[in-house]
Amino acid sequence: MPETAALLPSWLQLMADSFWPLLHAGIRFTVPLTLISFGAGLMLAFVVALIRLFGPAPLVWVARFYIWLIRGTPLLVQLFVIFYGLPSVGIVLDPFPAALIGFTLNVGAYNAEVIRAAIESIPKGQWEAAYSLSMTRAQALRRTVLPQSARVAVPPLANSFISLVKDTSLAAVLTVPEIFQAAQRIAAVTYEPLVLYLEAAFIYLIFSTVLTTLQARLERRYGQHAVFAGTLR
Amino acid sequence: MIALQGISKRFGELQVLNDVDVDIAEGSVTALIGPSGSGKSTLLRCVNLLETPDAGTLTLGSETLTFTGTAPPISAVLRIRRQTGMVFQNFQLFPHRTVMENVMEGLVTVLRWPQAKARERAMTLLEKVGMAHKAAEWPATLSGGQQQRVAIARALAPSPRVLLCDEPTSALDPSLAAEVVQVLRLLAEEGMTMLMATHDLRLAAAISQQVVFLENGCIVESGAPRQIFFDPARAETQAFVTTLRDTGPEEALR
Repeated sequence: MPETAALLPSWLQLMADSFWPLLHAGIRFTVPLTLISFGAGLMLAFVVALIRLFGPAPLVWVARFYIWLIRGTPLLVQLFVIFYGLPSVGIVLDPFPAALIGFTLNVGAYNAEVIRAAIESIPKGQWEAAYSLSMTRAQALRRTVLPQSARVAVPPLANSFISLVKDTSLAAVLTVPEIFQAAQRIAAVTYEPLVLYLEAAFIYLIFSTVLTTLQARLERRYGQHAVFAGTLR
Repeated sequence: MIALQGISKRFGELQVLNDVDVDIAEGSVTALIGPSGSGKSTLLRCVNLLETPDAGTLTLGSETLTFTGTAPPISAVLRIRRQTGMVFQNFQLFPHRTVMENVMEGLVTVLRWPQAKARERAMTLLEKVGMAHKAAEWPATLSGGQQQRVAIARALAPSPRVLLCDEPTSALDPSLAAEVVQVLRLLAEEGMTMLMATHDLRLAAAISQQVVFLENGCIVESGAPRQIFFDPARAETQAFVTTLRDTGPEEALR
């Protein structure tokens, strides 16, 4: 059928033509947005988790309020408030920093709970063993509890990281020219939304796959001391 | 000299320890026995301040701490703790560190010893407990008896004045318990001061000079092991010792 034969090459041609613009948008915007907001978000999450576990009561309430607020409202709405809302009170942000702030606050809130749970999952006896060697609380945390918590936290943190890669597509609505926005722009002029959006999905898939591989490597590194006899089924 | 005077501790409504006095001479071994919930573990944990007594006075060598119901300053707690080592019922080795690193941990992190010196001391202790050949292994690969011997080496590394043992053989089957008893006996012979909470009459009889029988947070009776186990003055002691002794197959099958 000649019609199909004519369709296939143009479909492929469009994919090939748009692949580099999309990948470039990914490398130029999606990757930095993900890495910076995840890095800053993790630091925030760590501090918030420590406050929730060991902080004085007023700070614990601040930490809980922050987690409650961020987890209880849609990310898209938060981004709109930061980028389109805040200018009304005189705070005008560029699209990229606005997106960065939104994603960092989200990563911080969700992963504060991940880190808190990972620290709490370490048995009390491990703290006591550290204390019985005359370690201070900071030493016990740093030398005994956190290294074991890291192993517990890697899978959920990796989950959150992979989610973040995809959530950065929301930055398109703040006019950040990342992968999805680039796909939208090309689709608008070529009238081929199916091809372009599938291609964008494919690029996100590539990024996620690379990250999943990294997660497996991290889990092996932190789990080397664990011995599992037999299989779980 | 280790002295506990008038030690009291309550958890909520429950009076776990009630005005307990114990004196332990340097170089001697004291066994705390008594039913579950009698307070023997809590008493042991009051010596290294994993529990803070509500009242009483604790003397460890030149350090004396009097409890008034508020938390003592961390500096005082650390001064007491540095003179104690503790062996736990469930070993509590650090799973993310090798056998060698477990024994080195207190020396490196707390006493700030250089790695090489700490490694040397750790190796000496591992040889003493017969675990030098497993120095590079992960704790998870060891049997319970082996883990407990490593835990003993770890507790001994900072040269404590007293070794506190909380049910050191209770999580082990008899043959593994025997290897731990053997190590503890060796330490006792070398003059290590020890205070242990135990249900293991063999352990208590084998190495202790003093047995303290606790019930409901009070000392009911204390004395030499021979006296407590064979000729106790109090009926409660007699009843408890009999239940511990009469659990062998010969008694069960009689």
